[in-house]
Amino acid sequence: MSVSMTLTVNGVRRAITLDDPRVTLLDLLRERLNLTGTKKGCDRGQCGACTVLVEGRRINSCLALALSHDGADVLTIEGVARGDRLHPVQEAFLAHDGLQCGFCTPGQIMSAIGLIGEAQAGDDPERVREGMSGNLCRCAAYQGITEAVLEAQKALAAASRREVA
Amino acid sequence: MKTFDYVRPATVQEAVAVASEPGAAYLAAGTNLLDLMKGAVIRPSRLVDISRLPGLDQIEELSDGSVRVGALVRNADLAHDRTFARRFPAVAEALLSGASAQLRNAATVGGNLMQRTRCAYFYDVASACNKRAPGAGCGARGGENRLHAVLGWSESCIATHPSDFCVPLVAFDAVVEIEGRAGRREIPLEDFHRLPGDAPERESELAPGELIVALRLPAEAARFAPHARYLKVRERTSYAFAVVSAAAALRVENEMIAQARVALGGVAMKPWRARAAEAILSGARPGAALFRRAAEAALAEAKPSGDNGFKIELARRIVARALTLALAGTPARVPALPASPFAAISGDVIHA
Repeated sequence: MSVSMTLTVNGVRRAITLDDPRVTLLDLLRERLNLTGTKKGCDRGQCGACTVLVEGRRINSCLALALSHDGADVLTIEGVARGDRLHPVQEAFLAHDGLQCGFCTPGQIMSAIGLIGEAQAGDDPERVREGMSGNLCRCAAYQGITEAVLEAQKALAAASRREVA
Repeated sequence: MKTFDYVRPATVQEAVAVASEPGAAYLAAGTNLLDLMKGAVIRPSRLVDISRLPGLDQIEELSDGSVRVGALVRNADLAHDRTFARRFPAVAEALLSGASAQLRNAATVGGNLMQRTRCAYFYDVASACNKRAPGAGCGARGGENRLHAVLGWSESCIATHPSDFCVPLVAFDAVVEIEGRAGRREIPLEDFHRLPGDAPERESELAPGELIVALRLPAEAARFAPHARYLKVRERTSYAFAVVSAAAALRVENEMIAQARVALGGVAMKPWRARAAEAILSGARPGAALFRRAAEAALAEAKPSGDNGFKIELARRIVARALTLALAGTPARVPALPASPFAAISGDVIHA
């Protein structure tokens, strides 16, 4: 069985032919589109390493059937920087040592971008930790991650105020 | 994963028709379904993708004041709907205490009702499981069973239903709207899930092909909003299933309890309404002794199914504490750690 679908990935429309309905969004990104920044940790929705934004919302791409997302708009870690300019969340993860080995980092950063977009946590570190609990970090960089999310949120808010002004 | 036919019907009627054949399964977000398929726990031959069916993603108030939630509304969208959360705060708190933000963004209302047990012996295809393979036996009986059922279990199955969402829903008399080949019907949520008995493979009242299209909360449920909480003990602070949980809601008039609702999660293969506890609370003056008596009534029929006798006393304490928190009043906003048993009675988190 061969099925055609499209995805807009990081702003680029991609036409894809799938020869197997079992492909997850994660495997489609990594193995068909060669976007290996999105990581496969547990592949069962328990670690968050595969987090991407679909229609602006963070989800676990390992538990998303690719075919079911035909036509969707997907943002992965490869699409967040502007050329050489890092995304404010990426900058903040560097500034606050929000990583050690780095394997969970793309998922952490995509999850953080999603969390900031959801605008539920405010400046409460407890709400940030709770909102990031779907992303595990074996190196336990949690303190730096929380600080990075809070600072990136501030930086993004300041940037959007400048744009409005 | 076994391969399958993938179909994406355009209407509910078409979905019901193509899903009525043996081996078919509905796919909404797939957050539980794909996990089970990856482990070969279930092996559908056809996936019927309902994620784009029109008209199932609305939250609407009906003319009688009840609220109807479409089966495809995402958990996060329901929990963060301001009107809904204000009217049914314990439901919002339960939703936000479950899974992770990523999963709540994807998982649907209908899918939550249909999620399968997290019993490790059900998940492990090398283990015996009467639910997965009827007649095979139960690995959990005599196995690692400290998290298993203490109410409504049978010799053939001691698994629990993992939903948080369903616990306050059953307390508030939610109704499930179902579409099948014979048309539309509805069932109270309390009667929707089945206890295992000697047929643990049958988990709900749905016939083959039947599809959940909506949930309804009666107008009366919103009257509990000032005193409604959900409380959940987990083995870690966040992103874990309930060891034991409770929804408690009170209608307080002139310092007396006019009406009470109590339900438990993590104790049985269905969300467990505790009507005996409600009867003790109704018309009584609230207080610690009364809450303890209600909690004892809620667990009166409980018995260990293995190494899990501790859950019975834990459940009593969680019921009493949920009632205490409900009496103190619903916080203006869902707490930073939703449903945390470590929160102070004021609703403030004490282990920040």
